[in-house]
Amino acid sequence: MDYLLVILLVLMIISALIALETENLLSAIISLGAIGLLLSITFLFLGALEIAITQIVVEVLLLLILIRATLHRDFRSPVDHRERFGMLVGVTLIILLSVFAVRVFSTFPDFGSSVMDRFPDTPALTYLREGLQRTGAPNIICAVILDFRAYDTLGEITILFCAIVGSLAILRRSAHKRPKDKDRDTDAA
Amino acid sequence: MTGMSLIVKTVARWLKGFILLVGIYFTLYGHIEHSGGFAGGVIIACAFILVFIAEGKQVETRLLSKNVASAFSSLGALLFLGTAAAGTFTAGIFFKNFITTVPAQYFRLLSSGTMLLLNISVAVMVSTTLFVVFVILSAIKIEVPLKPGGSDDDEKETNL
Repeated sequence: MDYLLVILLVLMIISALIALETENLLSAIISLGAIGLLLSITFLFLGALEIAITQIVVEVLLLLILIRATLHRDFRSPVDHRERFGMLVGVTLIILLSVFAVRVFSTFPDFGSSVMDRFPDTPALTYLREGLQRTGAPNIICAVILDFRAYDTLGEITILFCAIVGSLAILRRSAHKRPKDKDRDTDAA
Repeated sequence: MTGMSLIVKTVARWLKGFILLVGIYFTLYGHIEHSGGFAGGVIIACAFILVFIAEGKQVETRLLSKNVASAFSSLGALLFLGTAAAGTFTAGIFFKNFITTVPAQYFRLLSSGTMLLLNISVAVMVSTTLFVVFVILSAIKIEVPLKPGGSDDDEKETNL
């Protein structure tokens, strides 16, 4: 298990280095996506299913936004260069994933029955039963996100803080004074 | 830019107090009602943004300066972390709810221990952060970079 995590972390570092060093913008974005995917797999092996799902969904959205934002005009679709082999690989992967998905869907509980019925000793049932006694908060959601699972909220706070730091750093006014403004003015003239 | 019309300004001046009140209520009663610090913080940020839109951009420094807002944002994050660390010092467990609640205190404002403090810190953080992000994005012109051989509409500036 530990070796697996080490391998995943090394792969993530390699992807980050590729994303930093590559010349092609599309390759850099795809490397960023690889980092997110590997991080999601790491969360999956660590047992944090919700975070893994959130990670992969956010990563997909982020990739879409990044591709639209950075390559919105220069985007040359890689479909032009794709051969029949790539198409074959894609179709095979889709079929394989569908087979796995059918297997997974068959293990889901029936519609309307909760997971807690099948596993009576899950923590969620304890939260629902003893939330008021243990925390004193009638709002069970607040009790979960601020008491039982407060680490999640700490992570959200960290994300917000990083977001505001990044916004202030990227969008500050002095960042838009480019050193080559003179050259561009002469070009325009 | 001097903002929007007199009607909008007057309505915003009347409404901002009530919106702030709802946001503060959501924050303070987050552990009792169906709300929370995040929702309350977003509502407080909406009140600030309403005034910001109505009065124009010059109100930014008078209303809530960008530096002050980012300082409050850091303060909210530090308050959250400090509340979590206080559990370590008092009870030995990170994020321990070290203020116990007796059943007589149920459904009161001062119940459920550190949750009220955490809600307040989340609200401070979220409201100031969203306001700063809005101010930055609305006050800055982003130039779409010129492309070699691009068409004419590449050269216009996008004002976010």
